[in-house]
Amino acid sequence: MDSIIEVRSIRKTYGGVAAVDDVSFTVQRGEIFAIVGPNGAGKTTTVESIIGLRQPDSGVIRVLGMDPQREDAALRQRIGVQLQEAALPDRIKVWEALDLFASFYPQTVDWEQLLQDWGLAEKRQTQFAKLSGGQKQRLFICLALLNDPEVVFLDELTTGLDPQARRATWDAVLAIRERGKTVVLVTHFMDEAEALADRVAIIDRGRVVALDTPECLIANLDTARRVTFGKVNGFSAQMLAGVPGLRNVVENGRTVTAYGRGPLVIHLAAALKENNLYPNDLHVEQANLEDVFLALTGRQIRA
Amino acid sequence: MKALLKMTWIEFKLQLREPVGLFFTLAFPLMLLFIFGSIYGNDPVDVLGGFGSIDLSVPGYIGMIIGTIGMIALPISLANYREQGVLRRFRATPLPSGTVLWSQVIVSVIMTALGALLLVAAGTGIYDLRIPEASLAVVLATILAALSFLSLGFVLAGLLPTPRSAQAVGMALFYPMLFLSGAAMPRQFMPESVQTVAEFLPLTHVVKLLEDLWLQGTWNLTSLAVVVGMLLVCLFVSRRTFRWE
Repeated sequence: MDSIIEVRSIRKTYGGVAAVDDVSFTVQRGEIFAIVGPNGAGKTTTVESIIGLRQPDSGVIRVLGMDPQREDAALRQRIGVQLQEAALPDRIKVWEALDLFASFYPQTVDWEQLLQDWGLAEKRQTQFAKLSGGQKQRLFICLALLNDPEVVFLDELTTGLDPQARRATWDAVLAIRERGKTVVLVTHFMDEAEALADRVAIIDRGRVVALDTPECLIANLDTARRVTFGKVNGFSAQMLAGVPGLRNVVENGRTVTAYGRGPLVIHLAAALKENNLYPNDLHVEQANLEDVFLALTGRQIRA
Repeated sequence: MKALLKMTWIEFKLQLREPVGLFFTLAFPLMLLFIFGSIYGNDPVDVLGGFGSIDLSVPGYIGMIIGTIGMIALPISLANYREQGVLRRFRATPLPSGTVLWSQVIVSVIMTALGALLLVAAGTGIYDLRIPEASLAVVLATILAALSFLSLGFVLAGLLPTPRSAQAVGMALFYPMLFLSGAAMPRQFMPESVQTVAEFLPLTHVVKLLEDLWLQGTWNLTSLAVVVGMLLVCLFVSRRTFRWE
């Protein structure tokens, strides 16, 4: 496959503390690559190094074959960026912002069409400060797409949005990829990475602790499957001993939860049937990326 | 170049949408002109060296505009842009980083010129303001003084972390200068000791520079040296202290 971003062993310290510590990964053309992790994990420092806003202390970065430090202007012609904690002047109108940013590039797409596509056509005369959170983010997406970039960086795109605007923004990210762009998505929302990303790098305390597709990350968990059922009379945990793939059984009041991997539910149901137990509320839950993070770091991501 | 022009034009429009800024750069000096013009008129007065009150006030009011923009408007606007992340957003584009700052300088000079032109228009129309013979020199000195105070504005914007602190410090610097420098009222009315203190304020030298050119057509070299000196020092300092984030 065609790799579009290469990050090799980058390291960046602030006042003796490593914000990014030996981070490496590659991003393939056409994929949505998510960098996830708790706040302060080093995600933004990593992305800002990739787009040349920060210089790592050591390590190598190549984006579209270019060095972001030495070829920053040329690189920024070919990438699109939506930054965390960035803004436009309060009183700039939507159309003025697009008109202004269009003057930064020798070639741009038609921004009137972008406004149409992203549902901002009716807001073209509205001042930036009067836009809703979701509208501001869509405007930032338009600005990031203005130069028809090959890679789009989206940093904490949905932070501060209400659930409805958040879903709409997710669709927007998928639509960007459908236009043939590579997307680097930075987020502390595990569900967002899981829903959107082709591959996920989980970063914690400046290090990449896992890198794979969300499906593989979850499937590799020892406790990827959870089967829960009501405790029927006559049940004892010993009855489940020897169930293939089972790791752990937790009894909590009237509820039993079995953790394991593989087709756990089938083996477990068979074991219950053997013991003539027929709980009628048996259900399966799938682990998610939050569970992956917990398993890898021993901490909840929101802790 | 295209980007600088566009950025300057939009920044100009943004400033026209800022009522508070417009009031202090355009309306307030005019108000003073009308108030003091209606009280004192513009007849020659001995204590003012034979010039009229308005002849003496207008160069001072131009100094006031230069001071307001350099010490208050520019630092607050830059600190705002930095705090909100506007500078950060522009830095992520191919735009050379200086373009945003140059557009601020150009628009500030244009606003200064607009304020000055309004004063001159109202002054000549209503109070028979004396038009300086060395008018080109007055224009040059005005631009030079504006650049000097804008460079001070960049130093303030670099040293002060937030818009609030920029506003507080800007005003603390501006108001004593406004009243002591002769920008708001002629120095000639002040006691000698106050005039001596005023010699140490850069705005005094802007007013003196403009006054001497306006009324006598001569360059006050001491004041010119102070204005140019401040420009060079502030350029040097701001290049080292200006922060984008």
